[in-house]
Amino acid sequence: MLNILQDVDEAVAPIYDGATVMIGGFGKAGQPVELIEALLRQGATDLTVVNNNAGNGEEGLAALIGAGRVRKIVCSFPRQSDSQIFDAKFRAGEIELELVPQGNLAERIRAAGAGIGGFFTPTAYGTPLAEGKETRVIDGRGYVFETPLHADFALVKALKADKAGNLIYRKTARNFGPIMAAAAKNAIVQVRQIVEVGGIDPETVVTPGIYVNSLVQVSREKEPAAA
Amino acid sequence: MSEKAVNTTVSEKLDRNSLAELVAGDIAPGSFVNLGIGQPTLVSNYLKPEQHVTLHTENGMLGMGPEARGEEIDGDLINAGKIPVTELPGASYFHHADSFAIMRGGHLDVCVLGAFQVSATGDLANWHTGAPDAIPAVGGAMDLATGAKDVYVMMSLFTREGVSKLVAECSYPLTGVGCVTRVYTNEAVFLLKEDGVHVRETYGISFEELAAKVDVPLIGPSAGTD
Repeated sequence: MLNILQDVDEAVAPIYDGATVMIGGFGKAGQPVELIEALLRQGATDLTVVNNNAGNGEEGLAALIGAGRVRKIVCSFPRQSDSQIFDAKFRAGEIELELVPQGNLAERIRAAGAGIGGFFTPTAYGTPLAEGKETRVIDGRGYVFETPLHADFALVKALKADKAGNLIYRKTARNFGPIMAAAAKNAIVQVRQIVEVGGIDPETVVTPGIYVNSLVQVSREKEPAAA
Repeated sequence: MSEKAVNTTVSEKLDRNSLAELVAGDIAPGSFVNLGIGQPTLVSNYLKPEQHVTLHTENGMLGMGPEARGEEIDGDLINAGKIPVTELPGASYFHHADSFAIMRGGHLDVCVLGAFQVSATGDLANWHTGAPDAIPAVGGAMDLATGAKDVYVMMSLFTREGVSKLVAECSYPLTGVGCVTRVYTNEAVFLLKEDGVHVRETYGISFEELAAKVDVPLIGPSAGTD
């Protein structure tokens, strides 16, 4: 059953201590800023966060990490020019990092949503990021076994939803949104606009409503933290 | 595409832009190409419209146009380096898993990447210096190195200390094994083939001088290219 909620605080209320939370976005594009800020206010802690990065600047995911709410981060690219909050926590041994090549991260998320128990990928074969993992040579090429990445919650931003939960995105802000919505038990989606059922052409739906659990309209978005 | 049948010792080292122009000219018409962050991005400045090259960006787009300026800037339209870009007619958007399936599935013709080191057998090291205090970050580097049909590296041939970055075996942690097919440097273009490292042409250095400074057996331009 789809919940259509009035505000972001209500939307993130079910997130509990120790949960695994996927957060969409790549840089500024697709970052669900208002949902992340609501999660910060909500206070859940000991979280495992899955995101491409580990926060930028002082706001959003960086603020969540800075407040000590994140026990572990699963990402491909934590180190950036303005990732000082993560850097300090990591060097102090206060956050665990699971570093995953970006395509493996995406495919592991996709696999979870698609019910796949794991897959062999050529990416990272023969590199330090394959150490300790099962490998196999198939038709003369080396592959590494990767497992699906599930989550309890996903925080996703889309452009528009109808009241059946069908989503469309905008340009490169789509990025991780569709696969995270499918991989999480509870996908919480912020959109700029919610329209009546039938207000989105079924041929253009990117995320079918079956993957969406909660919808909240955030019409006036804040400028995301610098990325 | 046939290799340029050149056997040249040009008098000057190539500058960054000339190197980018050289790479751009070597990309076959109609190719689907991913340009890595940093120096490889310069290649886009020299692709000619008549080449009909389609640029892929791993954050979910084919048909990427030039960097956005002024009113063109749109926060929802960025490249893998998080720089605002534009969209060309015929562009398409897709999610991250599809974007990396395009890459891993061998659908891209060429990927151009930077490097710390490349080995004679095409191993690539470009994500981690191995320094114990460094925070590792890999991004899409391993996927790019593994997926494209051809991986071209653009780099300076020598470190500031004058040590060759084309090596017998990489000392830095690997990004991919046996994946690099060509190395474009300011001093020479190298083709990595089954029978060894061919020098296609040199710039501001003779083949003999080059062979003396690079600790990898080199096959000279006179041996011919296919």
